[in-house]
Amino acid sequence: MKRIKALLRFPPNRAGKPITYHLVKDYDLRINILHAEVAANRVGVLVMDVEGQEEAIDGATRFVRDEGVEFHIVESAVSWDRDRCIDCGACTAVCPSGALSLDQKDWSLVFTPADCFVCESCLKACPMRAIAPAIGGTPAS
Amino acid sequence: MSVKSLEEINERIHKKKAVVVTAEEIIRIVDEKGPAEAAREVDVVTTATFGAMCSSGAFLNFGHADPPIKMGKIWLNDVEAYGGLAAVDTYIGATQPSETRGLEYGGAHVIEDLIAGRPVKLRATSYGTDCYPRTEIETVITKDEINEAYLYNPRNAYQNYAAATNTSDRTLYTYMGVLQPRCGNVTYSTSGELSPLLKDPYYRTIGIGTRIFLGGTQGFVAWPGTQHNPSRPRAENGVPLQNAATLAVIGNLKEMSPRFIRAATFERYGVSMYVGIGIPIPILDEEMVRSVAVKNSEIFTKVYDYSVPSRDRPCLGRVSYAELRRGSITLNGREVPTAPLSSLKVAREIADVLKGWIAGGDFLLTQPVAQLPATANPKGLEVKAGSQAANVAGGGAR
Repeated sequence: MKRIKALLRFPPNRAGKPITYHLVKDYDLRINILHAEVAANRVGVLVMDVEGQEEAIDGATRFVRDEGVEFHIVESAVSWDRDRCIDCGACTAVCPSGALSLDQKDWSLVFTPADCFVCESCLKACPMRAIAPAIGGTPAS
Repeated sequence: MSVKSLEEINERIHKKKAVVVTAEEIIRIVDEKGPAEAAREVDVVTTATFGAMCSSGAFLNFGHADPPIKMGKIWLNDVEAYGGLAAVDTYIGATQPSETRGLEYGGAHVIEDLIAGRPVKLRATSYGTDCYPRTEIETVITKDEINEAYLYNPRNAYQNYAAATNTSDRTLYTYMGVLQPRCGNVTYSTSGELSPLLKDPYYRTIGIGTRIFLGGTQGFVAWPGTQHNPSRPRAENGVPLQNAATLAVIGNLKEMSPRFIRAATFERYGVSMYVGIGIPIPILDEEMVRSVAVKNSEIFTKVYDYSVPSRDRPCLGRVSYAELRRGSITLNGREVPTAPLSSLKVAREIADVLKGWIAGGDFLLTQPVAQLPATANPKGLEVKAGSQAANVAGGGAR
């Protein structure tokens, strides 16, 4: 069994097909949706934990791409510029996953990439512009 | 009931014998030893804050070009600076947005670039005069190549500030950060029990002329800040329950550090500047030590609904900074996550740096030249009927 965090980016007009249904039914993948932003006629983003046999994940990757949807394996969720950061905590106000939090003792900002949903809300919330998108992570091979 | 005079404290600082602690450390000392003992033992308590302070900016003097120019319109890295002063003087305001990069770059960024020693593009135009014939100039400056460069911030270091939330159905982008719909979060901006004016609630020792830490160097309190309002309701310990006193501060930009002056962009609101301020409080007597030992659990603020775009926003409740620091508060019976906007971590760093300066004998304390006003009555701006306003404008001609 293999477990990855995947980011799917839907071009406009591709949000109609029940992609996740096929991933579950045809490839027997266990899917946990972490974040979804899919609207008609707009680029959509779906972030999910995916667990399954390695071959099945490979097959699912090919299927998703054949549907014209970008498939990325997310390793670094967002990139955080530690030097630019002033540990204010403004980003924690919008982080839904708790991946960005403040240490209650020394009040440093703590980023836990494994918990990140890649909703990217923090990008706008950071007054120092110290958080940048990780450009969809690494394309799956 | 004076325990020691300011002169005695300065004498001890001079001999490097002063006992200096931060406003967080004094809380534990008073808890353990009581105020009388703490007042005898401790000479100085350092306070600090590092938050977004929009009402900030810098005066600059560029020196004269040859032939000279009387700069009328001035831009620094495409951010307009004020041209209504003498030929080569200007004031660059922190919140002025760039004409080419919008809200992602502004006056605060120019100031941060100057402090960091980075080159800044200067462009200016003029109508030309007999003594100042040049009508255009474009060049590059650094802080070391220009004459004076000093920060003058008309309103900093607010004594307390409201917490913000949003009861509407849409996300709000404010100077209090991103406020999520249906009270999805509460933001607040203070260093609380470390914050300067919360620890000297009646301005006994902080006044005009007080020497302070400003942006990494020594600066001064220049004047009461704009919208200074000491007449707000107070808790029994004297601490105002909402935005009250403010300070205008001044200091040499050339000696500052980008660690303690940082440009910021609040999404869809605009540019602001994080300003690092530290203020020492001399422990003259037991009353002073009681003031500086006030804790987060004894300092309160009000939560306002920022979805009402009026100067009288509805107040949804009163909370202590201990509650806000815990990470969530109860609002209308629901747990709502809280998040700070000012950096307590950097504020602590400032309090420690200032402590080191004083303990090392490099920073003497000052008696205020004049006290801050103890009362005030800030006014709102009334919108008068158009015809009346027009008459006033044209009045001189008639």
